Amino acid sequence: MTAYAVRRLWQMIPTMAGVILLVFFLFNWVGGDPAYVLAGLFSSQEQIASIRRELGLDEALHVQLLIFLRQVLSFDFGNSWTTSEPVSRIFATRLPASLTVVGPLLIIETIVGVVFAVALAWVRGTWVDRSVMVLFTMGMSVSILVFIILGQYLLAYRLGWFPVQGWGESFGTNALVYAPLPILLGLIVSIAPNTRLFRSFVIDEIDQDYVRTARAKGLSEARVLFVHVLRNALIPVITFVVSNLPGLLLGAFLLERFFGIPGIGREIILAVERSDFPVIKAATVYVALATMIFNLIGDLLYRVADPRIQLR
Amino acid sequence: MASGAAVTTTAGAREAGEGLGRLALRRFLADRVAVWSAAVVLAGLLLVLSSLAGLTATGWGDEVAVGHAPPHFLLLRETPERGAPEGRDADPAVRQSTGPAIGPASGPASGPTGAARGPTPSDVVDPIEVEMRLIGALADPRGREAPTSTAVVDPIAQELAAAEKSVRPHRIIPPEERAQSLPFGADKWGRDVLEKTVKGAETSILVGLAAALLATLIGSALGAVSGWFGGWVDDLSNWVYNVFNAIPGILLILAIAAVLDTKGTLSVVVILGLTGWTGVYRLVRGEYLKHREREYVRAASAIGASHLRRILVHVLPNVSHVILVQFSLLTVASIKAEVILSFLGFGVPVDGVSWGTMLTEAQNDLLVGIWWQLAAATLAMGLFVTALSLFTDALRDALDPRLTH
Repeated sequence: MTAYAVRRLWQMIPTMAGVILLVFFLFNWVGGDPAYVLAGLFSSQEQIASIRRELGLDEALHVQLLIFLRQVLSFDFGNSWTTSEPVSRIFATRLPASLTVVGPLLIIETIVGVVFAVALAWVRGTWVDRSVMVLFTMGMSVSILVFIILGQYLLAYRLGWFPVQGWGESFGTNALVYAPLPILLGLIVSIAPNTRLFRSFVIDEIDQDYVRTARAKGLSEARVLFVHVLRNALIPVITFVVSNLPGLLLGAFLLERFFGIPGIGREIILAVERSDFPVIKAATVYVALATMIFNLIGDLLYRVADPRIQLR
Repeated sequence: MASGAAVTTTAGAREAGEGLGRLALRRFLADRVAVWSAAVVLAGLLLVLSSLAGLTATGWGDEVAVGHAPPHFLLLRETPERGAPEGRDADPAVRQSTGPAIGPASGPASGPTGAARGPTPSDVVDPIEVEMRLIGALADPRGREAPTSTAVVDPIAQELAAAEKSVRPHRIIPPEERAQSLPFGADKWGRDVLEKTVKGAETSILVGLAAALLATLIGSALGAVSGWFGGWVDDLSNWVYNVFNAIPGILLILAIAAVLDTKGTLSVVVILGLTGWTGVYRLVRGEYLKHREREYVRAASAIGASHLRRILVHVLPNVSHVILVQFSLLTVASIKAEVILSFLGFGVPVDGVSWGTMLTEAQNDLLVGIWWQLAAATLAMGLFVTALSLFTDALRDALDPRLTH
């Protein structure tokens, strides 16, 4: 397994090089001259020239690529173009807020998804199963925006059960006062896709021989489902959740935006609005790296949980 | 598990007796949910076509009612007089003079134009603009020179003029003739919510279809070449695939949105097309790898069919069911993504309308208790996307009988 992990890490290098090239290509070539973006609409030639010098834009393309590479390797993307805050500090300071929302959300949504999936598998094929699945399909067809807009309006604005938006200084206030509504809405939005996916994992297991054997032994359907099937169905669930961790961190960007939570997702949206390239570049490169590493961890966990899997 | 189980219409039609495509059609028609969802999807597409042809929703931009006019079914409640919409009336002179001058009233064909970047169309009156006009500093968007006595030069005059030009001609309805109520209410400016929903459907569905088409084309072409030729072509394509797959979708979408200078409908299509192809690529590549070694392909090779001919004429019909299902799935995903992109302000510009821009407006409307625009956009999108999702599921079941769920 070590050999496998080492080889996978080794294979990340070309992919990572590709990500860096793609980001470089996007931001230095497709995006036009960053100096014009940075200097704004009304700028003199001298201003643009000085910005170009500062960013190294008057160097040859391969030198610029080297500058970018050095930034990636040294974890130093310089300062934000709009706030002049170091990019690394932006991410470090925004991470806690994101985790306060995404952490509990991830745990709760996984548990709820698994419970729903097993419950649906229990009644699979009946009208309950079918109508819940149709309901979920309908729920998934309505935009996430609608759930958030309505949830915020009804639960916070009209009923006043939660603050409409905001974020405090202490972790306690944030976790207990400001985070619950975003977490609740995130949960509502994620139930349908998660349950559908997890249900397919359970259904995949349900026709296996060992399930027939368990039934033949005279075990109750509940024991078969919750002990025998669930343990095996959980393996892809865990892999799925682990490999999606970095994406989930970003995925809460709509919640963060609606509820004014100073997290990473909201920061990236702001950066896109302000054409703050260093922030977006850093986010893209490092989140891609994190995604690859977490994918590997997911695969390794799969192997640990199910020794029959041969990793090649 | 017959090898030809997945042959679709093109290949199936050539066979004697009942073709496999016909079998798939029969399986599809036997599924009641499938038929109903297909009917809804078809109705939606017809609506889009009629809107595109200028038959429906031509006047979506006209202020036909008072602002936030309630739906008919709420008429029993009092009709609040909310006064004239803030923006439109503030500058009727500009409106009337520019209105008729701009081309024929071709309706929706003019659509959202990419030119309106930055400064908004005259829906929203820029307070600075008013102020500058008061001090006589602003070059009139109609082209008249600003008084030379002031040293201030309007920095965005050109952009403003371009934006003014791109604004669609609207029918001007005097405030006293505006309706107090509409079948499904009006938005803030007094535009008919029903017409907006139809027009929004046109934008959203067309964007969804176009983005899905682009993604499917990229994915299929790359996947076919990669799976067919193997070797370094395959390695290279796999590398590109890995790179695109390593970056979470949302982040890639936002990164491309950040660098694309022009915000507009076409940008959304490009962004979603460039980010959505990976799933199609993986599946199509797998299919071509599999079919490359099949006997019918080797037979074609033996009679001297070229690579291109084998890829397009021999194998493509046999993998088209995979592509079709992926296209359908991508359309659903693209419609949903367009809504979010437009909401964030990276999508359909303010002079256009889509389900996404409607939801964005609806968020503010809701605060003053105006819910009909939210309801209309949600219902329309929910109905169409549900139908399309169910249709996709049924399509997959019908085209691939090996799948049993």
